[in-house]
Amino acid sequence: MDFFDRFAIPHASPAIYASMVAIVLTSVAIVAGLTYFKKWGYLWREWLTTVDHKRIGIMYLLSALLMLFRGGVDAIMMRAQLAAPESKLLDAQHYNEIFTTHGVVMILFMAMPFIIGFMNFVVPLQIGARDVAFPRLNAISFWLFFMGAMLFNISFVVGGSPDAGWTSYFPLAGNEFSESVGTNYYMIAIQIAGIGTLMTGINFMTTILKMRAPGMTLMKMPMFTWSSLITNAIIVFAFPVLTVLLAMGTMDRLFGTQFFTTENGGMDMLWANFFWVWGHPEVYILILPAFGIYSQVISTFARRNLYGYKSMVWSMVIISLLSFLVWVHHFFTMGQGALANSIFSITTMAIAVPTGVKIFNWLLTLWKGKIVITTPMLYSMLFIPLFTIGGVTGVMLGMSAADYQYHNTMFLVAHFHMVIIPGVVFAMLAGLTFYWPKMFGFMLNERIGKLTAWIIAISTLVAFMPMFFTGLDGQARRMYTYSEATGFGPLNMISFVGALGLAAGFVLLVYNVYYSTRYASRDISADPWDARTLEWATHTPVPSYNFAVEPQVSSEEPLWDAKKNGHELFKGEYKEIHMPNNSGVPFIMSSIFFVWGFSFVFSLWIPLILATIGIFACMTHRSFEKDHGHHISVKEIEETEEKLRGA
Amino acid sequence: MKFKWPVLSVLFVIATVLAGCDNRLLVLDPKGPQAATQAKDIMLSIGIMSFIVIAVFALLAFMLTKYRASKQPKDYEPPHIEGNAIVEAICVGIPILIVAYLSFVSVQSNYKVEARPEGYGDKEPLVVYASSSNWKWHFSYPEEGIETVNYLYIPTDRPLEFKLYSYGPITSFWIPQLGGQKYAMSDMVTTLHLAADEPGEYMGRNANFSGKGFAENTFDVTAMPQDEFDDWVKEVKKTAKPLTEEKFNDLLEPGHLGKSTYTGTHLDFSPAPEGHHHGSSDESGKSNEHSEHDSMDDMHSEHESMQH
Repeated sequence: MDFFDRFAIPHASPAIYASMVAIVLTSVAIVAGLTYFKKWGYLWREWLTTVDHKRIGIMYLLSALLMLFRGGVDAIMMRAQLAAPESKLLDAQHYNEIFTTHGVVMILFMAMPFIIGFMNFVVPLQIGARDVAFPRLNAISFWLFFMGAMLFNISFVVGGSPDAGWTSYFPLAGNEFSESVGTNYYMIAIQIAGIGTLMTGINFMTTILKMRAPGMTLMKMPMFTWSSLITNAIIVFAFPVLTVLLAMGTMDRLFGTQFFTTENGGMDMLWANFFWVWGHPEVYILILPAFGIYSQVISTFARRNLYGYKSMVWSMVIISLLSFLVWVHHFFTMGQGALANSIFSITTMAIAVPTGVKIFNWLLTLWKGKIVITTPMLYSMLFIPLFTIGGVTGVMLGMSAADYQYHNTMFLVAHFHMVIIPGVVFAMLAGLTFYWPKMFGFMLNERIGKLTAWIIAISTLVAFMPMFFTGLDGQARRMYTYSEATGFGPLNMISFVGALGLAAGFVLLVYNVYYSTRYASRDISADPWDARTLEWATHTPVPSYNFAVEPQVSSEEPLWDAKKNGHELFKGEYKEIHMPNNSGVPFIMSSIFFVWGFSFVFSLWIPLILATIGIFACMTHRSFEKDHGHHISVKEIEETEEKLRGA
Repeated sequence: MKFKWPVLSVLFVIATVLAGCDNRLLVLDPKGPQAATQAKDIMLSIGIMSFIVIAVFALLAFMLTKYRASKQPKDYEPPHIEGNAIVEAICVGIPILIVAYLSFVSVQSNYKVEARPEGYGDKEPLVVYASSSNWKWHFSYPEEGIETVNYLYIPTDRPLEFKLYSYGPITSFWIPQLGGQKYAMSDMVTTLHLAADEPGEYMGRNANFSGKGFAENTFDVTAMPQDEFDDWVKEVKKTAKPLTEEKFNDLLEPGHLGKSTYTGTHLDFSPAPEGHHHGSSDESGKSNEHSEHDSMDDMHSEHESMQH
């Protein structure tokens, strides 16, 4: 029985038992449903083994939405606990686990797959490619991310969740102060997902640099593609730091090394430094693609070309460089002295300059435009003022002497939520609404969509603005409770109301999907928004080969050129198309990775060794496999094109 | 236009609330020079930032009102505009000026908060070793030869020099009304310079998450004139029990404790990790030993003179 004790939750509560039951029931329902409707084959052929960037993109987006709700439930529980002084809803340990998983899930398993999902779906279409450079690697990236996310998510029902915060600072996260396997989950699950992300970085850099349509020089790439290129460059430089860091953390926890311990020369601040050397660029990994989406949306619905294309590109390049030079601002209070703080204070505030340029460029894109407020545009127009509030408070935090007062308080929490929610989440919702017709062949309802946008925007303000004040009043972040005497009560109650509003907004989003799936017209054109770039130049639904004929490009808005200036997009005849084959290996290998990770978390060495062998077996199989893909014949292309044009 | 109003009204409410209650917010109600410097920076940056926010809001409102499709003729075709060097130079220039000014202020304040506060004549600072353990604060007054747990008495009108370190996870020593926080870590000592100008009771806490007992990891600060402080020290020396190594180890056990007071300090038998700020393990091992001797000697000499 001792063997099984390790899987018990050190900290059980009715809520956790209820979720256990819910997880089991949902799993049973999914398996039964698939069997009843005889969809196992469909699932395997069309999704689990796919290497098609569009399907992988959609799977990323679905996972991200799923995780949004997981992280959202955490958020609601936190705000409910803090809504009143000395609330007994959650105890300290449970609260600590919840804010830890909220952070990890939202950043790494919600925002990351969301942006990578859009990159997958949009970038190859936008540059006129047939797929990414390494389609099978892309499938491995997705499945590694997915398995990492699932491994992390079972922690709260098997063995216990991590409880040292999403930053997992040592020595708190070390064995001495965090005895459950929770932090092992953190180390291993993020490691697995991180390897997938690193591969994505390499894959998309190659795709964008090598596979653009004829005529699309770098300075004629659409802004989302530019943002993706820069983001992936940041990924390639930043993620190896995370990989090494997590490996060191794992060794400290499982193999008795002393990198970050309090004794034997361990240095706790080394973790903090490494973490933010990755962690700060990570913030820009999230925000730059969001900027890319806003650029596409704003230009489309202002019916104008993007103002200051060149300065947009250069500002992103500068942001990406500066993002590696500011990490110390996450711990101005570590005692590194006035000089170091001054340097990092200046680099931090300097980021406001290129970011400001982008804001002004968007505003100037509206100038002399013909603005149509659709749901994606509404999100973008709400983004500008809200993000500005988040951004300027970032400059305030960058003033290091004053940061001694903001650090670790709700002021900081308010700041980064005001940046990430309007910045990233609004962009994802705008992008989802914008690209929904291309993905699924119908549009989301505009009335419900706009209502959702308003509810989410107002709730964001209601939820996070009060935190600026409680922060300045001395409410530290991550406190599971506070006394009535502090006077934090009323403002926290307002925050809770805002959190409920956000929840209502996201529920409305789901309702919109349901409603539109049932009632929306399927009779839409391939270009329902009257957009400007190549992803709208192909059919809806997009055929597996994307473009029957390679598109020709002469500006950064090729489709607009074709519509207004008589530019000829598709020249030439159909030719045979070479496409990659589906493969089950990425899914199988990643599943073995899941077993590998699980064994690692619980120090089950024999299964770990077996899983390692299995992973290498998959790679060996790939090395000796002769798979040259398949060819789509001209006749088949003709038939498909005929059918899609007819439809 | 219609949707600018909710945003603007929210902003208005915020501005009113801010104006109405800035005296009550701890950070903006400083009682010492360091906190005053920080509060000044904060108010200055809020002012400048509000200007930016209002400018952006106004521009956005203008664009959205003027260039809405519903206000344009049906056949209006927006022009193709590449960008304009002068406009873009302004967009870069103004933020650069603002950031440059704020950097100037920020650097000055950095040196201010990292130095002994000025304006107290040649008064020697009171040195207090503040160490945290799960989830308590231990305050050692080496010159006075006393130690307290979870409460801090300080004299007003005199610089204070806190030496911070931790018996466990990273914590952050913070008394919002006297000045911003600084980390306390297990393998080095950090220094925080503060001073209190007014007698009074202040809230102090650990601001950095340190596990289960973090929320209650607070301490009370009482500032009083120097003579009252001296009386208190005398009183403690008369009434409190000595702090033995055994007793101190009990205190270090994880948990919450009330307030308590001792004569002697734990620095005698469990010295602060002073003297090694940098990496490599053998070096730090050596300097550790070294500093141990140093501080032991210091302590002894001080104690000899202190003890009656």
